[in-house]
Amino acid sequence: MNYTLREMMTIMAAREIHDGDIVFCGTGISMLAAMAAKHINAPNSITFFETGAIDSRLEEIPLAVSDSRVMYGAASNSGLLDAFATMQNRITGDHVIGILGAAQVDKYGNLNSTSIGDYYRPETRFPGSGGACDVASFVPRCIIFMQHEKRKFPNKVDYLTSPGYLDGPKGREKAGLLPGGPTAVVTNMAVMRFDDQTKEMYLASYYPGITPQQILENMEFSVDISRATEAVPPTERELKILREEVDPQRIIL
Amino acid sequence: MGTSAEKVMVLDEAISRYVGDGCHISIGGFTLNRNPMAAVYEIMRQRKKNLHCYAHSNGTGVDELIGAGCVSKLDIAYGGNGKAAPTCIRFRAAIQRGEIEFEDYSNYQMSLRFHAGAMGLPFMPTRSGLGTDIVNRWGYSKEMRAKDLKIPNKKLAVIDNPFRGWCGASKVILLPAINPDVTIVHVQKADKFGTCRMEGLTFCDTEQAKAAKNVILTCDELVDAEVLRKTPEANQIPFIHVSAVVHVPFGAYPTACYNYYDYDPQYLSQASKFAKDDKLYKDYLDRFVYGVKNHQELLDMMGSERLANLAADKRTGYATNLDRR
Repeated sequence: MNYTLREMMTIMAAREIHDGDIVFCGTGISMLAAMAAKHINAPNSITFFETGAIDSRLEEIPLAVSDSRVMYGAASNSGLLDAFATMQNRITGDHVIGILGAAQVDKYGNLNSTSIGDYYRPETRFPGSGGACDVASFVPRCIIFMQHEKRKFPNKVDYLTSPGYLDGPKGREKAGLLPGGPTAVVTNMAVMRFDDQTKEMYLASYYPGITPQQILENMEFSVDISRATEAVPPTERELKILREEVDPQRIIL
Repeated sequence: MGTSAEKVMVLDEAISRYVGDGCHISIGGFTLNRNPMAAVYEIMRQRKKNLHCYAHSNGTGVDELIGAGCVSKLDIAYGGNGKAAPTCIRFRAAIQRGEIEFEDYSNYQMSLRFHAGAMGLPFMPTRSGLGTDIVNRWGYSKEMRAKDLKIPNKKLAVIDNPFRGWCGASKVILLPAINPDVTIVHVQKADKFGTCRMEGLTFCDTEQAKAAKNVILTCDELVDAEVLRKTPEANQIPFIHVSAVVHVPFGAYPTACYNYYDYDPQYLSQASKFAKDDKLYKDYLDRFVYGVKNHQELLDMMGSERLANLAADKRTGYATNLDRR
């Protein structure tokens, strides 16, 4: 079965979503993963946008979380205050899984989406937190999309925009944050997870055709590869639904 | 703040009356939806300077204001604009070149700051951001904060929960209120007194409006007050908050306005292309912003066929099957 890397990443992330999860979606591939999960493996998952739309009827792919396409057929359209309160509130927040992207991630899953280089006069400025810091602060589970490149997996992030496990075990608790932190980092080469005890990133699975060594070569810090297995590529059914129902216009795929 | 008088005026009058050089401003909408773009372009045409802009994720409008050199200080959560510009291009350039002073917050934090302003509170608490550089790194210097009385003395403050761990929280972050001199919001429907109705997501527009000393409303439809008073529960901003009402059809263009029209993917991606090059961006401004007298002239330049293509489908509220590649 032929599939693209983008399709592989989308399906790997979609499989992280459980039926009944409330899925906080960003734009691009994260939105695609949420929609794929709903069509494939988690029909009762609920898409949820920081702009305030809950359980949108997504007939077309939104290009931004403010796209009118997220407003159509939603259970409710409110605003930012309501959306973030839904995540800060433990009654609902504990059911939310976040999907985030970033420019850098460190071994504790801390994310940088603000800038590279000096904060005041950066080499490269990125958009900033948006709702990412809020989601990462509030919800118990997060999927992170990354490209596997050395500079994107540094020993230390240039700016800590969104909290992972901060400085390791009990890091979040010491800072006053709710329990949580990233559960999976889905890249163009592999899926990384975090050790229950040390909270350090490890290699969980690598894509067919990629070796664990290649993955290590694309990271500044080293990770445990002893638990790694080859990832199961997208099935025919997963691909068919992804291509024909999720993004037939090929806007993101 | 406004009385029950009629407040309808033309856009250039509303902007020259309520948007002064150096004023503190916020605009409504979110990335590529319901930005008050007609008003933004008019601010640019009037060459306003040194604005202190407060934004959560007001992508399109804020990036144009920065690009035209209208902004000198920016409190912001997100400078991105969807597919056309994952990082807003003039925003990125201005920060990398040190042309504006900026302070980073999160979307919830900025929303809470507007909410505090609307409620007349000095600050609002949240658990978002503890342990991050949003807390540790400050953009505005202590000296600047000490000198400028319109800016709070601290970016934020972290305190222990005074209720001994109540609700499982050991600490919270306090975020200072924002009370902009002016907030500009584009809505679907307003009456001549300023009562208005937004359809679809309201983003943070209601809080931004209620926190502001003056509110300029631009609207796609100016309707009779009785129309809105028939279902008042669907209205978000009553006239008492509003200083000026301006009837501007397609006033959010090139961003979307739910139930009315979609964003113009062609305009947004072209503007992004121009924005990547200083010379091209200047030409773009000269042609599409400074080269027209008002928003209607920009719309005329785009042509009726192109605009008709963006018309919202009655069922979905957006332009179904619009070419967005």
